[in-house]
Amino acid sequence: MSLAKRIIPCLDVDAGRVVKGVRFVDIRDAGDPVEVARRYDAAGADEITFLDITASHEGRNTTLHTVERMASEVFVPLTVGGGIRSEADIRALLNAGADKVSINSAAIHNPLLIPRAAERFGSQCLVIAIDAKRTGPNRWEIFTHGGRTATGIDAVAWAIQMTEQGAGEVLLTSMDADGTQQGYDLELTRAVAEAVRVPVIASGGVGSLQHLADGLLVGKADAVLAASIFHFAQHSISEAKSYLQARGLVMRMDY
Amino acid sequence: MSGVAVLDYGMGNLHSVAKALEAAGADKVWITHDPQLIARADRLVLPGQGAMRDCMAAMTREGIATVVHDALQNKPLLGICVGMQALLTTSQENGGVQCLNLYPGEVRFFGHALQEQAEILKVPHMGWNEVWQQPHPLWKNIADGSRFYFVHSYYCVPEQPQLTLGTTHYGLDFTAALGQHLVFAVQFHPEKSARHGLQLLHNFLNWNP
Repeated sequence: MSLAKRIIPCLDVDAGRVVKGVRFVDIRDAGDPVEVARRYDAAGADEITFLDITASHEGRNTTLHTVERMASEVFVPLTVGGGIRSEADIRALLNAGADKVSINSAAIHNPLLIPRAAERFGSQCLVIAIDAKRTGPNRWEIFTHGGRTATGIDAVAWAIQMTEQGAGEVLLTSMDADGTQQGYDLELTRAVAEAVRVPVIASGGVGSLQHLADGLLVGKADAVLAASIFHFAQHSISEAKSYLQARGLVMRMDY
Repeated sequence: MSGVAVLDYGMGNLHSVAKALEAAGADKVWITHDPQLIARADRLVLPGQGAMRDCMAAMTREGIATVVHDALQNKPLLGICVGMQALLTTSQENGGVQCLNLYPGEVRFFGHALQEQAEILKVPHMGWNEVWQQPHPLWKNIADGSRFYFVHSYYCVPEQPQLTLGTTHYGLDFTAALGQHLVFAVQFHPEKSARHGLQLLHNFLNWNP
């Protein structure tokens, strides 16, 4: 197997500034997402995910401008998520330089968004983002509004449906694990990874390098997304890659 | 002076390609379908994204087939992703699509039964994979087996094996780069392949076949 597993740092961006904090040792302005993304690119990140948590309209325009700047300086794939509601939103982000867009609740409110966007822009740029909470043994439900609103939709069934209708990748976040630093929900990750034909990105709960390995080896994910362990220089990306390679995983080391 | 025309026929994200060409040292990059600009350019890039049927329809509408055929007489062309696939005769995508037929060959679907060590492989083939090179100036300063970023569900099968200039393994060995004379085309995205991708674009800008 020669295809490498991917490590994806995630930046939370509000009106053009990185929030949640990113601490690099010798970085002047840790709040500029373009600067942070450049650092991650140089450090060997296989992709960058940019999560726009801006609520205001003005903030959205700032986001487009930030994506444009990022695409001029960062030459690894860039995924942008957050607040995407329509085909027009998707087009604007792709035109600004995003390679993929990640669609979350809009896919639930508008079931035709993914199939129509797939026809127009191609599956390769459509990521279905799923936020799931455990509601019973081997059962996970989709939640929206930051985990506050239950939808009654089964997470595995939803992943199958959305990918069959055109999403080219799944970004799977466990709401139970997110923020705990106790590791991914491996049962959830594996259930989805084995149910769909497209790549799955595990997200939510990483606190150690062992957790990244578990997500790939036990959870069967194709890529791992993490924020805090990289942002706070707890571990570098190259350290993570060496660790995963030593665990027998294929990684991109020649960056 | 190295002016590059990125052929715009309304499909895909051309901004990334243009920015990467600039970072790789291009003096001037035009994103265009204007025949006069295309005529002025020293080199052409044929990008491509999305579904083949729509890509071919857009190429036909914008007269890209003529541009490509004309250009091949006198200037280097770099095809990227669907822009590589479009050079063959037909594609299995969208129930079968006629392509530009520059080189006899077929674009095939990876299928849902693709396996490696008894594990079903995910399609699209997405991520960083190794490319094994045949000697060519565009591989200058790029180690054999270097990783490039791929995202595709279909792959090129040229009838003439000597057209293959790079090979990648994903369940099967497939053509990751092909070309001859003034043409070099790649299945991966050099504009998204970090250092090696920029080196390849730099090599293209300095290529004088």
